[in-house]
Amino acid sequence: MIEWIISILLLLGGSFVLVGSIGLVKMPDFFMRLHGPTKATTLGMALLLTASMVFFSSTQAGFSAKEILISLFLLLTAPISGYMMIKAAIHHKLDSIERTKGIDNIEDDV
Amino acid sequence: MRSQMRLEAKFRWLPTPLRSLLLFIVWLLLNNSVSAGHIVLAVILAIVIPLATSPFRTKQPLVLKPGLAFRHLMLVLYDIITANVQVAILILGPNKKLTPGFVKVPLDLTHDMPITILASTVSLTPGTVSAEVYPWRECLTEGKEPEERFLLIHVLNLEDEQALINTIKQRYEAPLKEIFQC
Repeated sequence: MIEWIISILLLLGGSFVLVGSIGLVKMPDFFMRLHGPTKATTLGMALLLTASMVFFSSTQAGFSAKEILISLFLLLTAPISGYMMIKAAIHHKLDSIERTKGIDNIEDDV
Repeated sequence: MRSQMRLEAKFRWLPTPLRSLLLFIVWLLLNNSVSAGHIVLAVILAIVIPLATSPFRTKQPLVLKPGLAFRHLMLVLYDIITANVQVAILILGPNKKLTPGFVKVPLDLTHDMPITILASTVSLTPGTVSAEVYPWRECLTEGKEPEERFLLIHVLNLEDEQALINTIKQRYEAPLKEIFQC
């Protein structure tokens, strides 16, 4: 039974990480590419870590909780690294695809 | 009665109560044990680290409604899960259907800490990544509040700009204002 839960969690997590990576390849411009890794990957990693938590809690004595900490740190760092990258992209005036709306909302650098 | 925003905690030896609690929990999780020795060490660290580092930090508003903060955290976690499914569908669908866009969201929040939390939640939830906070920090004069602040966000699939702004303001900003009372 435990094995089933772990396999389902691993598969789900793996597919979310895969979707995030597909987004990274498939999207037409930098700004859209950022959406995959900041979101899909976070949940994917959380699911993989839950699988690891279930596995180690069931095979070893005691409850394994380190994974909660890893998920917490991932949740903290994902938006911040995304923010740093998009800020750098705007600073370098990277091209966004033509149908992007509201380009004039970006203010010029000081 | 409406309470006021507070920058200083009630107890001088516990400048940031929630951060101390977080340090306590993180220490126990790192060691993966709840033995007496680790609890004592965690308590010492949770008191000493905030005391030692508080002179370096600019004062930020404290969480005044812990219950509401917890409810908001649960809402955000739920939204992260739905956001992932939505973004996965958008990514796997045809690229042609996506109309990306930049949107400026007017902010009512004033302090760095609540704005950072709002920007991070926006980055983790449906189809949006926060990009910039206006006005630029370099343009601000010392000790003077800017008239208006904006959060620039990039949207993966922009359909209704006003509806999106309203959702962000009601769903994520309003609870933060309530939690920090600012």
